[in-house]
Amino acid sequence: MQECGLVATDIACRRGDRILFRGLSLSVRAGGIVHLAGPNGIGKSSLIRILAGLLRPYAGTVERTGTIALADERLALDGHQPLAQALVFWQRIDRAEPEQADFGLADLLDVPVRYLSTGQRKRAALARVAASGAPLWLLDEPLNGLDTYWSSKAQVAIAAHCRAGGAVVIASHQPLSLDAVKEIKLLDFQV
Amino acid sequence: MIRKLWPIFTRDLALLTRGAQGRGGAVLPLLFFLAVAMLFPFAVGPDARLLARTGAGVIWVAALLAAILPLDRLVEPDVEAGLFDQWALRGISEEALLAVRVLAHWLSFGVPLMLAAPLSAGLLSLDAQQLWTVELGLLLGTPGLAAIGVTIAALTAGMRAGAALGGLLAIPMAVPLLIFGAGSLQPDGEGGLALLAACSLVALAVAPFAGGAAIRAGRE
Repeated sequence: MQECGLVATDIACRRGDRILFRGLSLSVRAGGIVHLAGPNGIGKSSLIRILAGLLRPYAGTVERTGTIALADERLALDGHQPLAQALVFWQRIDRAEPEQADFGLADLLDVPVRYLSTGQRKRAALARVAASGAPLWLLDEPLNGLDTYWSSKAQVAIAAHCRAGGAVVIASHQPLSLDAVKEIKLLDFQV
Repeated sequence: MIRKLWPIFTRDLALLTRGAQGRGGAVLPLLFFLAVAMLFPFAVGPDARLLARTGAGVIWVAALLAAILPLDRLVEPDVEAGLFDQWALRGISEEALLAVRVLAHWLSFGVPLMLAAPLSAGLLSLDAQQLWTVELGLLLGTPGLAAIGVTIAALTAGMRAGAALGGLLAIPMAVPLLIFGAGSLQPDGEGGLALLAACSLVALAVAPFAGGAAIRAGRE
């Protein structure tokens, strides 16, 4: 797997007139997992988008090494297409070796994406991330809507990705049952 | 880069041509275009001379209005679904994406219009010479209409009532194309075709950059 890492220094985030948080620094290297924790509205999703480079931070810098895969509340799969074809669309762009991870989608491959349930959509998003071949995963609430079985399976896949040399940043208000997770409480940086 | 853009182009073209997810596809603007040409003789009467004199202008108005129909499905659904974010993460610039989309939009909208123009010309009793000028004008003008459409669609993506606003914004921008397109059909109006091509080129050159900036600004 290609080299990867993410260093964010002294990040501040502004949405509208409000500064959500400031002075936040984090770094994650290959094999590392960072858990962004905090209540609703604290700015977890905004931070994920800042780390991904999709949102400009109000202050601070982000340095990224390696390609990024993002799973947020937007599925980015064409709703009218069967799941298999929707996933193949991204594989044709990424041309990567998909990671072996089981998200239980084998029976759903011929189902149009718009008919998938909340949990199935989440699993499809994780499958898209795993298939991208990107070492750096940014996951926004990856366990929302998953039942206990798939929640633990997803965390197994995340742990496997890290063992293989990847790095993961997870924004979640739920507790994670992963080992060696560096937790960052966004409440500590609230203005 | 081309290797990454090719699957995107084929997807865009398939979506815009066939339509899906409440997108009408290429058929809707086409039927609209023909419907205007069909209604006009009903409204002004079957006088062939009057029709022949005004028909070319009607074809251009119909083409412009047909260009507005697909605006709300050109960019908005993909921004909403997060596709543009995912493309950005893969290092594909918004400019390249929108250039691809202009091409796909033109193929799914401009080309069918040109194919339908002989039918419209028949309904409006244009002669062969006029039809030829209309076809040439559409060939030069519809890329500009497609470019304006994609620009406006990118600007209004994510706005409430973006569809209605898009139509209102597109009409004034398309007026030069209408003037030179219809003007080229007047006696001694051949110079209009050159100006029409010039307007199209300007719209094509601006569209990827204006639209790309709009999509990036929409992320804030």
